[in-house]
Amino acid sequence: MSLHPTPVLKESPSQTAGPYVHIGMTPNFCGITGVIDADLGLTMLTPDTVGERIVISGRVIDGSGAPVSDAVLELWQADAEGSFSAPMGPNSNSAPAFSGWGRQPTQPDGSFTFETIKPGRVDGPDGKPMAPHVSLWIVARGINIGLQTRLYFSDEAEANAGDFVLNKIMDPRRRETLIARKEEGAVPRYVLDIHLQGDKETVFFDI
Amino acid sequence: MSGIILPGADGALFQRDRDWHPAADTPGYKSTTFRAPRHSLLALGPTKSETSGPTFGHEKLGELDNDLIRNYSQDGTEAIGQRMIVYGQVLDENARPVPGTLVEYWQANAGGRYRHKKEGYLAALDPNFGGFGRSITDENGFYHFRTVKPGAYPWPNRGNDWRPAHIHFSIFGHAFAQRLITQMYFEGDPMIWQCPIVATINDKAAIDQLTAKLDRHNTTPMDALAYRFDIVLRGRRSTMFENKLEGN
Repeated sequence: MSLHPTPVLKESPSQTAGPYVHIGMTPNFCGITGVIDADLGLTMLTPDTVGERIVISGRVIDGSGAPVSDAVLELWQADAEGSFSAPMGPNSNSAPAFSGWGRQPTQPDGSFTFETIKPGRVDGPDGKPMAPHVSLWIVARGINIGLQTRLYFSDEAEANAGDFVLNKIMDPRRRETLIARKEEGAVPRYVLDIHLQGDKETVFFDI
Repeated sequence: MSGIILPGADGALFQRDRDWHPAADTPGYKSTTFRAPRHSLLALGPTKSETSGPTFGHEKLGELDNDLIRNYSQDGTEAIGQRMIVYGQVLDENARPVPGTLVEYWQANAGGRYRHKKEGYLAALDPNFGGFGRSITDENGFYHFRTVKPGAYPWPNRGNDWRPAHIHFSIFGHAFAQRLITQMYFEGDPMIWQCPIVATINDKAAIDQLTAKLDRHNTTPMDALAYRFDIVLRGRRSTMFENKLEGN
């Protein structure tokens, strides 16, 4: 017998989320109110969340330079200690102090904003800690299968330089497509535009 | 003991078969033209960031969240259309059920019109149909919901394209890299075979996997037809055991 059994089923093939993904994933945002109280993932923080408050924002831009106004982004990250949120049982009714997961629609100008905390470092496959990062997933009309990428932080230059994933990207100019620019303020803001195509095309992953 | 797969095993995910999935750039579906990345995807074996994922057990689902016939009713009137139960099992590639995971679904109304301000189709809007619902899979990975059959509708891809009746699905699984959005089509629908979005999938067997089967046994007499739609998420290798070398 093998420790690595061959899959017996095929993964269901992906299809585009279509132009109306907001109906299904952020129904209140597109005016379908009264079905669920609040769109899932709008809020990642609670007063009990430990960690440095930050804002992550940017725009999604297509290959013609136009804003992608009909996308949904999801963000998944570790907490300030570098741990991922403990799974909650199906019957548990207590919210975790930090969900680690956020979901935001893009606005008419293609912009998105997440209010979260700066993640801690997570051990990489090589046993060394990866640089602080968040995972992003983007779906929209015209995207046949969700795009996976990461956002890193410009004020973590040393950690970034040793990061297992960033170092897989041979072209340093392309590596820059994953590094969000820090803007100082009462709450630090990290800005990263996601380019689906073109000279500044974001590095997307086959995970 | 080798070969035994423990429930909740957290081994690495199987590689995604991207020939089974649609390619990013599919010219027959024009919206991909400016939205398909041109560079190859960078291969990245899943790390903890991708083999972990959000859970939603702590979210209280509303009683009507999985009843699209009633969950947007403005005055107690039920949605108009052919009444249906859609159900199925969420599995992984090892055929293990995926319990406790969030499944979201959205669709057009019986006339084929979406409740969306950008919707341009002339068909009537049903004031009592929102078109959104959600479930969390049970201990055996099953979900179910009640709705009306969505209509086919035109879209401006090549001037006179029509989408077959379909329901959009979003499924989480237990790892962020299992995240999947897909669409369910209906067995026997001739519209499936002329749709440019369906045709982004190359393999007929893969399209069949997205085609729900009519299930006579689970119909509700004098009320609703039943369709079964199973969904398969990425599987994982088994966790290595300390004594893994024994017997190998």
